[in-house]
Amino acid sequence: MTSAQIEIQLIACIVAIACAIPGAFLVLRKMAMISDAISHSILPGIVIGFFLTEDLNSPWLILLAALSGIITVVMVEYIQKTGLVKEDTAIGLVFPALFSIGVILIAKNAGDVHLDVDAVLLGELAFAPFDRLLIGGTDVGPKSLWVIGTILLITLGLLISFFKELKISTFDKQLAATLGFSPVLMHYGLMSIASVTTVGAFDAVGAILVVALMIAPPAMAYLLIKDLKKMLVLACIFGVIAALAGYWMAHWLDASIAGSITTVLGMLFLIIYLFAPNSGLISVLHRQKRQKIEVHLLTFLLHLQNHQEKSERHINHLNEHINWHKVRATSVVDLALKNNMITIDDHIISLTEKGRIFTTEAINYIITNKSAAIEDMKERFFLFRG
Amino acid sequence: MSVQEYFSLVFTDYTLRTITLGTAILGIVCGMLGSFAVLRKQSLLGDAISHAALPGIVIAFLITGAKNSNTLLVGALISGLIGTFWIKGIITKTHLKSDTALGLILSLFFGFGMLLLTFVQKMPNAQQAGLDKYLFGQAATLVESDVWLMGGVMLIALVVLVVFWKEFKLQHFDADYTKSLGFNTRFLDVVMTALIVLSIVIGLQTVGVVLMSAMLLAPAAAARQWTNNLAVMIFLAAVFGALSGIFGTAISATSNNLSTGPVIVLIAAFFVVVSFIFSPGRGLLFKQIRQWKNRNDLQLHKTLHFMYEIAKTHQDISHPHAVKILNNFQGYTKNSLKSLADREYITVDGPMWSLTPKGYEKAINLYNQQDNLLND
Repeated sequence: MTSAQIEIQLIACIVAIACAIPGAFLVLRKMAMISDAISHSILPGIVIGFFLTEDLNSPWLILLAALSGIITVVMVEYIQKTGLVKEDTAIGLVFPALFSIGVILIAKNAGDVHLDVDAVLLGELAFAPFDRLLIGGTDVGPKSLWVIGTILLITLGLLISFFKELKISTFDKQLAATLGFSPVLMHYGLMSIASVTTVGAFDAVGAILVVALMIAPPAMAYLLIKDLKKMLVLACIFGVIAALAGYWMAHWLDASIAGSITTVLGMLFLIIYLFAPNSGLISVLHRQKRQKIEVHLLTFLLHLQNHQEKSERHINHLNEHINWHKVRATSVVDLALKNNMITIDDHIISLTEKGRIFTTEAINYIITNKSAAIEDMKERFFLFRG
Repeated sequence: MSVQEYFSLVFTDYTLRTITLGTAILGIVCGMLGSFAVLRKQSLLGDAISHAALPGIVIAFLITGAKNSNTLLVGALISGLIGTFWIKGIITKTHLKSDTALGLILSLFFGFGMLLLTFVQKMPNAQQAGLDKYLFGQAATLVESDVWLMGGVMLIALVVLVVFWKEFKLQHFDADYTKSLGFNTRFLDVVMTALIVLSIVIGLQTVGVVLMSAMLLAPAAAARQWTNNLAVMIFLAAVFGALSGIFGTAISATSNNLSTGPVIVLIAAFFVVVSFIFSPGRGLLFKQIRQWKNRNDLQLHKTLHFMYEIAKTHQDISHPHAVKILNNFQGYTKNSLKSLADREYITVDGPMWSLTPKGYEKAINLYNQQDNLLND
């Protein structure tokens, strides 16, 4: 590995961590699309900042661009408050308008501005090591490394000092307000950090990858874990894995680094979306199927309890009485048999003592509307789940 | 070229005519379908779909090797649809919320598209340069066949809207009721989503990935302010969309270095701002005016009630009193006295005022309405 390669990977990892932290809160606050809006609407800020400073890494440009990100948030909230359109429409109206202004500004001054819309949206990490920061003539490393490193340090500092406040205002705004933490202050603080991070990272990885790095790692962590601290750590780990794997994939394919980091994120997300325990697609589908057959089982047991007459309990007539297909009827009867809830005597089905107790308890739970507790009950009674 | 020149040339010049027609038709389609997107609270779906179309475009190019825009559109359509259904899958099957799902699909698909694009650009194939235009759109590359395609899509959208009008309308305002009536809501959903994806895909070439969502939303959001009737809203949105297309093209064609997409979006945004401020029913200006008027009325009522409290202690309700005694009361101004007189609640005679029988009657009932309601 050359030193340039190490620097690129270092920048990618730091960007990933710097994005994952505000991203986790955005995802939890249901404001993930705000990051997309910010990432586009910083464009006019960047262009104007570039006119003034002529340096893409100048701190003034970053502040100016971050300011236009915050203006976006304020405008979106103002439009939402008027109640004229739904909230997501407000986001969709503001950022394309600001982005258009940015594009037109660039086009109008094409001669003077060495700035490409492509570059803003897509970034080029591979060139980041060439732009060095010189202090008193000595080379101290790539500029973007310093920029994003500073941002990460600020973010971490704020996260540690305001963790409790952020946590409470994220999950319970009213409680936060009663306890005297200003949710508004937290909100704008978070928005400012998100804006600054987006601006600091766009030059290295591009606006779209910023969105991917802000949303995908926290979303993956959220599918796996419900604890905020662990979620933050896990999100950072996912971000770093994607950054490193993405870099080497790009190296191998000779393609865009930002693109391959996103692709790795996409593949990771697909795997977690499918296979996450409890929240993944497969486990959700499995659970839904199980719940369905268990509800059928309960219906079936209730039917048996309510009917003493033999004609209603004859195995061949079940199809007519409860209106089930043959396959479903067979699987429900099998499940009931396996769990010792019924016995079959000469084609007549009757409830066992256990089945009777289960049915009575279950119907009590349902009537008193404590449906949450039914899972415990199932644990107690079932030998085999559906 | 000035704007007047442009409008005189638009009917004769092939390029101008094609581009103007194309953007106008695109505006109409987006306006019509965007109305549904806005009402279904799916405003940002457009943004996600337009980004999600990119890998489809590149893969279509990789497979066919041709830069034929129709083949690329099919790729965009397929990948847009996959993105949309994945978004729905994430929202319904996991605890991630819609905003996260949209952001995920948007950025992940787009990033994958970028990877493929850089991959394509490194292939020794001279044709690939044109793919970039899908990012930011280039109305100037529209040719007559594109306009025909847009016209076709507009026709399809119109026919579907007319055929399923009742169902769509019902579904958008009361989905549960629609289901209980026996309509296949899932089918309606798929049809509407497919139409929206289709309209986004045909717009990509003109206004580009980033600005497509505004194209879909802005005309509809503007139209929403002027009416509460769905049919009128769709019609207005189509008109706003068409006007944005035409004026956007006109302005960008008449000055150098202005790409059409951003100008169209800014014109549409202008319509939105005007509608937000000036629409009579919901607009901010008239809302503010109504608020001032209500506040004034309240002040007048306070003054009137104060006068009534004084007058009722006298046998003759029209007994004149000095204006001076009103001075230590907040609601009193010269203007309020005058407007009370205009309404014939009081008569003013020099420094004295007196309540008229009409004003007395009004004042008695002023605060009784609440009591009456409670007693009922």
